Amino acid sequence: MSNTMHVKLNVNGEDHEFLAEPRELLIYALREKLNLTGSHVGCETSHCGACTVTMNGKSVKSCTVFVAQANGAEVTTVEGLGNPDALHVLQESFKEHHGLQCGYCTPGMITRAAKLLEENPNPTEEDIRFGIAGNICRCTGYQNIVKSILSAASDMNAAKEAAQ
Amino acid sequence: MKDEITREERVAGLKGMGCSRKRVEDARFTQGKGNYVDDIKLPGMLHGDFVRSPYAHARIKSINIDAAMALPGVTAVLTAKDLEPLGLHWMPTLAGDKQMVLADGKVLFQGQEVAFVVASDRYVAADAVELIEVDYEELDVLVDPFKSLQSDVVLREDLVAEDGSIPNGAHGPRKHHNHIFTWEAGEEEATNQVIDNAEVVATEEMYYHRTHPCPLETCGSVASMDKVNGKLTLWGTFQAPHVVRTVASLLSGIEEHNIRVVSPDIGGGFGNKVGVYPGYVCSIVASIVTGVPVKWVEDRMENLMSTAFARDYWMKGKISATKDGKITGLHCHVTADHGAFDACADPTKFPAGFMNICTGSYDIPVAYLGVDGVYTNKAPGGVSYRCSFRVTEAVYFIERMIEVLAIELNMDPAELRSINFIKKEQFPYTAALGWEYDSGDYQTAWDKALLAVDYKGLRAEQVERVEAFKRGETRKVMGIGLSFFTEIVGAGPVKNCDILGMGMFDSCEIRIHPTGSAVARLGTISQGQGHATTFAQILATEIGLSAESITIEEGDTDTAPYGLGTYGSRSTPVAGAAAAMAGRKIRAKAQMIAAYLLEVHDNDVEFDVDRFVVKGSPEQFKTMKEIAYAAYNQAIPGLEPGLEAVSYYDPPNMTYPFGAYVCVMDIDVDTGVPEIRRFYALDDCGTRINPMVIEGQIHGGLTEALAVALGQEIAYDDMGNCKTGTLMDFFLPTAWEVPNYETDFTVTPSPHHPIGAKGVGESPHVGGVPCFSNAVQDAFRPFGNRHTNMPHDHWRIWQTANNLGMHD
Ligand code: FES
Ligand code: FES
Repeated sequence: MSNTMHVKLNVNGEDHEFLAEPRELLIYALREKLNLTGSHVGCETSHCGACTVTMNGKSVKSCTVFVAQANGAEVTTVEGLGNPDALHVLQESFKEHHGLQCGYCTPGMITRAAKLLEENPNPTEEDIRFGIAGNICRCTGYQNIVKSILSAASDMNAAKEAAQ
Repeated sequence: MKDEITREERVAGLKGMGCSRKRVEDARFTQGKGNYVDDIKLPGMLHGDFVRSPYAHARIKSINIDAAMALPGVTAVLTAKDLEPLGLHWMPTLAGDKQMVLADGKVLFQGQEVAFVVASDRYVAADAVELIEVDYEELDVLVDPFKSLQSDVVLREDLVAEDGSIPNGAHGPRKHHNHIFTWEAGEEEATNQVIDNAEVVATEEMYYHRTHPCPLETCGSVASMDKVNGKLTLWGTFQAPHVVRTVASLLSGIEEHNIRVVSPDIGGGFGNKVGVYPGYVCSIVASIVTGVPVKWVEDRMENLMSTAFARDYWMKGKISATKDGKITGLHCHVTADHGAFDACADPTKFPAGFMNICTGSYDIPVAYLGVDGVYTNKAPGGVSYRCSFRVTEAVYFIERMIEVLAIELNMDPAELRSINFIKKEQFPYTAALGWEYDSGDYQTAWDKALLAVDYKGLRAEQVERVEAFKRGETRKVMGIGLSFFTEIVGAGPVKNCDILGMGMFDSCEIRIHPTGSAVARLGTISQGQGHATTFAQILATEIGLSAESITIEEGDTDTAPYGLGTYGSRSTPVAGAAAAMAGRKIRAKAQMIAAYLLEVHDNDVEFDVDRFVVKGSPEQFKTMKEIAYAAYNQAIPGLEPGLEAVSYYDPPNMTYPFGAYVCVMDIDVDTGVPEIRRFYALDDCGTRINPMVIEGQIHGGLTEALAVALGQEIAYDDMGNCKTGTLMDFFLPTAWEVPNYETDFTVTPSPHHPIGAKGVGESPHVGGVPCFSNAVQDAFRPFGNRHTNMPHDHWRIWQTANNLGMHD
């Protein structure tokens, strides 16, 4: 393992340092080095979105980011969105509206949706369909995913209003 | 103890059958805490990877592994030579054929497994794959089944006798060295006679293209051989874990009690995960050889190129009718391309699955079906992609034949269907090709569907649109896609359905705990269908304990009772029935306990929601919770302690869900882009267990139908190169292409199923494909179209328009 580099990542608010080959993909570093297996692999070619995480404020497909490119980055995965005692609104609403079946696309989908709602807190159905077009789901036909995201948006807005 | 809550509240508290209970699986999945095969990490675990053939047909002259073995981190490289002493270089397929685990002297399809590398991690394994030199001698390639049947080129030398004769295959005589079987149903002579003398005959040839189930998670396994205890544990993407254990035992010689097979969470199956793949076998052998756990997970390209294609049926039909539209006969011949090995996942006696349901929902007096299976240089498979065995092909065939006959008769296709439906009073109905349909009320469903979409109005609009197009006022044409389907699911009666000799029953084991909660284990395995939620609902209603206090477990052969797994919509029809029956056994014992506690005769108490009450005095009762406690803690004369039950259920018949679908589509003839304006789906799956889950299944199945009808295919060039090996070329619809669906239902319970349920997961796919396809074809019908083959991608639709002179 001579060809390794020192990698620093901040993942879900925690700092991590490890050695890795520069060619290692971010998704495998997350899954295998940091044991964050929530993000999945469906294609390794940027088509399916199962590996979607937020990196430095943008949704990225971690299967097409080398760990060398991610060095020093701030990363959020599905594990960083909520916790068992306080689920993220999207996690609640996917359950409420049956926005998942096998669950394999779900972490990537929810991570993407969280970013989408950050960028656009009042999306139309069209905005959502366009905004998650990089995330494939083979089970749900998307109808209930769209519903889940729309309802999460209105719940989040209501909570914001109440807080003001 | 008197309680104040009403009976309705008690029913609601159970969260039993009929309510849209939220899924218990979701807390875990939404937080990224699922446990899929690739999430498994064991101490010392190594990674396996395949060297695969770049050629579709070639002899292997040599394999040089020296450079790979010299790479640091590489532990082993397996080739057929290493597997041969163990008798594992070939393995049996589910269809009675055998398949090479690693290339034995030659390769027969592109992507075939040639050598298996075992290394410290996935990167080293991939590097080692690159370092293995295989010397190939190319052979003539056969990708067309019709040419294959004429060719001198022998694909399967192992299936030709030394004197050059062709021995019988698993399904009888073979006509040619590349022929697999001929399978027939019905009466050919009688059918031909009717058709030859009919007033109206329509004939059509159609190709149901090759495609792939492509679940989001690919296939994989982790094998761990514990040499100290002699125990093998195998985790994998298995839709049928118990079958895998039996097959693994038969193949390896390890006794079945020393093998534990676990299906953890599965990221979608759709038929892809029914079969046994070389990767599973190699991970087991590698773990035995190295003494440490070995993981194998295929990548997407390997998934699309080597595991489990679906369809690939060349179908030729003849249908006859009277002048006023009464169908008199149906003839169907299929040339089935099975690829290099016959690895179809069908019950043994049905090499073409249930293709003989191809008379559909119609009362057709006489019919014939003949199927010829053929070897070609393509990947093996032939799985049921979100359908019961070959039912998608059957339904597509008849629903296209109906449309073509309607053109021939110059009749409305909706009316033609109505004229020919099997009538409600004809059930149970025995079809010309043998199946006994258990129940149905087709006309009611059809009328409801046509009314819901204002079918007459749509046809009027279509006529106007055609006129407008002809006047040059629009470049969009409008199609109305219809389909009425009958599925045949829930295999099946053990007397005629088995896989590798294993009868297709299923099972449920329930253990009630003293405090009135329970665990139930079943022989099936969820791949997203939500079994942990819905099976608990069946049990809640049957035994009167809340679904919230019933844990469902599946997929671990050490704990779950033997069952044949989840595919062909068999979970609810078979395991769901086993659950209900086991629940009733619990209730029977509970009744005796209740009677004892209430000091009355057994027959003087009756079950009421969550309790047994004394007949005629409902204020005297014992709740199931109280009964459970007493079952363990009170000595009851004549009764053993405890409250457990097990049921192995062998269904008396299949179930026959049905549905009526309508799709309205606008197509831009210049771009070939179809826009789905409306999709209405009425399903009758008998008793409905969880409407929310049913709807979800329908959305998903329709979306997979949209994919197959409008673009998804596995295509090869003449050299046998797979042209669709990545998601760049293989169409999976995104949220952007998929419409919102309108769902509706009627309820015609199955008369022989304990709770009347019929299964639903696959219906929308079976009915959806012809509906989308018919919509495209219907849009071009007024311009002279009769039939074009799927997939109707933009380019092919554009070509259709072009061929009809619509660009002139
Ligand atoms: S695995 Fe990254 S996009 Fe599919
Ligand atoms: S829930 Fe299975 S892929 Fe989306």
